[in-house]
Amino acid sequence: MNRFIEIFEKNKSNLISDNSDYLKILRLEAIENFKKTGIPTTKNEEWLHTDIQKVIKPEYAFSLEPPKIEYNIDDFFKCDVPQLDTYMFVIINGWFPQQLKLINEYENGLIVGSIAEAQKKYPEIVEKYFSKYIDNANDGLSALNTALAKDGIFIYVPENLILEKPIQLVYIVYSTEDIIVQHRNLIVAEKNSQAKIVICDHSLHFNKSFTNAASEIFVGENAKVDYYKIQNSSNNTSQNTITQVQQERSSKFLSNVVTLHGGFIRNNLNVKQNAEGCQTNLYGLYLSDKEQHIDNHTYIEHAFPNCTSNEKYKGILDDKSEGVFRGKILVQPDAQKTTAYQANNNLLLSDSASVNSEPQLEIYADDVKCSHGATIGQLDQDALFYLRSRGISNEEARMMLMHTYASEIINKINIEPLKERMNDLVSKRLRGELSRCNHCFIKCC
Amino acid sequence: MLSIKNLRVSVSNKEILKGINLEVKAGEVHAIMGPNGSGKSTLASVLAGREIFEVTSGEVKYKGKNLLKISPEERAREGMFLGFQYPVEIPGVSMLTFMRTAINEIRKYRNQEPLDSMQFMELIERKKLLVEFEKKMENRSVNEGFSGGEKKKNEIFQMAMLEPTLAILDETDSGLDIDALRVVANGINKLKTKDNATIVITHYQRLLEYIIPDYVHVLYDGKFVKSGGKELAIELEIKGYDWIKKEIE
Ligand SMILES: Nc1ncnc2c1ncn2[C@@H]1O[C@H](COP(=O)(O)OP(=O)(O)OP(=O)(O)O)[C@@H](O)[C@H]1O
Ligand SMILES: [Mg+2]
Repeated sequence: MNRFIEIFEKNKSNLISDNSDYLKILRLEAIENFKKTGIPTTKNEEWLHTDIQKVIKPEYAFSLEPPKIEYNIDDFFKCDVPQLDTYMFVIINGWFPQQLKLINEYENGLIVGSIAEAQKKYPEIVEKYFSKYIDNANDGLSALNTALAKDGIFIYVPENLILEKPIQLVYIVYSTEDIIVQHRNLIVAEKNSQAKIVICDHSLHFNKSFTNAASEIFVGENAKVDYYKIQNSSNNTSQNTITQVQQERSSKFLSNVVTLHGGFIRNNLNVKQNAEGCQTNLYGLYLSDKEQHIDNHTYIEHAFPNCTSNEKYKGILDDKSEGVFRGKILVQPDAQKTTAYQANNNLLLSDSASVNSEPQLEIYADDVKCSHGATIGQLDQDALFYLRSRGISNEEARMMLMHTYASEIINKINIEPLKERMNDLVSKRLRGELSRCNHCFIKCC
Repeated sequence: MLSIKNLRVSVSNKEILKGINLEVKAGEVHAIMGPNGSGKSTLASVLAGREIFEVTSGEVKYKGKNLLKISPEERAREGMFLGFQYPVEIPGVSMLTFMRTAINEIRKYRNQEPLDSMQFMELIERKKLLVEFEKKMENRSVNEGFSGGEKKKNEIFQMAMLEPTLAILDETDSGLDIDALRVVANGINKLKTKDNATIVITHYQRLLEYIIPDYVHVLYDGKFVKSGGKELAIELEIKGYDWIKKEIE
């Protein structure tokens, strides 16, 4: 899209001015890559069922400056999970709030703050990891993000630090005009550290928006990262998320993505196991209705021996909503004794809902245990009748069956209050009530 | 209590019930026997409200109301109970949640207060005793991993919990060992009052030694071809169905 290239050229000095050589070169390379790859079309095999071109509208405003809109920052902090004490941060239209302290250094060594600020303050850390894992060369949207994203979150968990409190990141699209938002995030969990990250995606107002978000997560040797994402933005929003995970020896990474609302969503979750003994667990739940389009693409690369991956995505789709799942597992020749399981299950509640499920195994090692499977079905009519025959209403019986179906994924959440909250939100969602968090000020859907 | 007149039922354009007539009054026990595939379970399912079966003609009145017009859940709330020939496994839904939701929805329908946890647990314990259900089944998922016999016991346990006015028990005796059969039969007898009625579908006269039927009906190819007292069951046990087939032809 020429528009982004023009913006880059026009703002070149702004984009590369106060940056180190490393970042300067990155941006310049990225825009060149973007010129070659562009925004994917449905001719691209990875994008056959998801037409992202149609949601990146030329008339959407695109700014390289922090939002000028008035807001009361305290309001956003009401968005919480009761009984869950977290390190909480809000990112508005891709920006760390400029009126707050841009970098927070805690006594235990944890650092959280604006990535733009971190690039200046900790170049030695940032440059070691930033843009090292994301695929700028082949993925146009990654390149676009690297070239033009100006802010986002930086999290640094130093060696041996075990965080008891989760880090909660609330991403808000807050605008009175239709906009494009980009943000870029870097999470580094050094050797032997442990962190739980909870991401809440929201939107305010009912304007249209497209968000292109990219995050890199480094999970150091023997480190453990749990990454929970709740997508709960209005159906006027569209987004592409890129999550690139790099795992080192004996590390553990768990991702659990719950999609409740959002008009158009493409999640790209890529994990590279870069040493022996890695464990990867990827879970996902998507509940869609109306004309929502939810696409989850996952990619796990097993490159070393004795690693495991376990993946389960489940969807419940109603009305005319569309689901896409494409899960690729690549087992490299050296990755002997790999265990990899993958499953994608879908419940279709209406005749016009559809799902496109495509598990892909590519195995080049011989001593491995791998399995994959996909199912698309309806609610179990025998179970439904059994429940009803005991006096339970059709509505309630359906709810029970759907909730049970969904709870398999919710139960993988290792933060008890968050699990309860998600159970509640999922129930509300299935009942067609707004799945807004109780204390939440944000009217997200 | 129940009155079936000339009921005809089809599934996928195939007629299965070909004109059923039956009158059941409060306090009565009816036994339905008949060869495999004759339509016994179909009749039970239609009475419970299974929608895949199409009623092509006839009428069914339950407590004076047109039964065919009301939903399965409303039938249950009005006191109907079907003991399934093949109880369904529902992984992830615990017996506790299941029974508590059922009881409280029925109570709501009857304008009664919902049971609180204490009252509910008491009820569970009492009813478990009745069917000699020792295992801690209430925390398990509905029927999941239950043995064949346990599933059947579970049906009677649910019946005990819900105290129906009209219970239709579809082959609740099949697959039970001799002791379990006695327990289940005792349970059914203990639940019997002069105000409720029971229809037992069975292949075996043995069950009817415990639960003495007032009437025995033989269903053959979608029709009741013979009715009688409890001695009819004994006659069938000795002579088999061939005897009836010959009589018809
Ligand atoms: N859903 C269905 N679709 C097609 N045919 C059906 C269906 N349900 C039942 N039938 C047929 O209807 C007939 C009666 O079945 P039903 O289960 O009522 O018999 P039954 O008397 O209960 O037999 P059994 O003693 O074996 O339990 C059978 O021929 C069966 O194959
Ligand atoms: Mg049967």
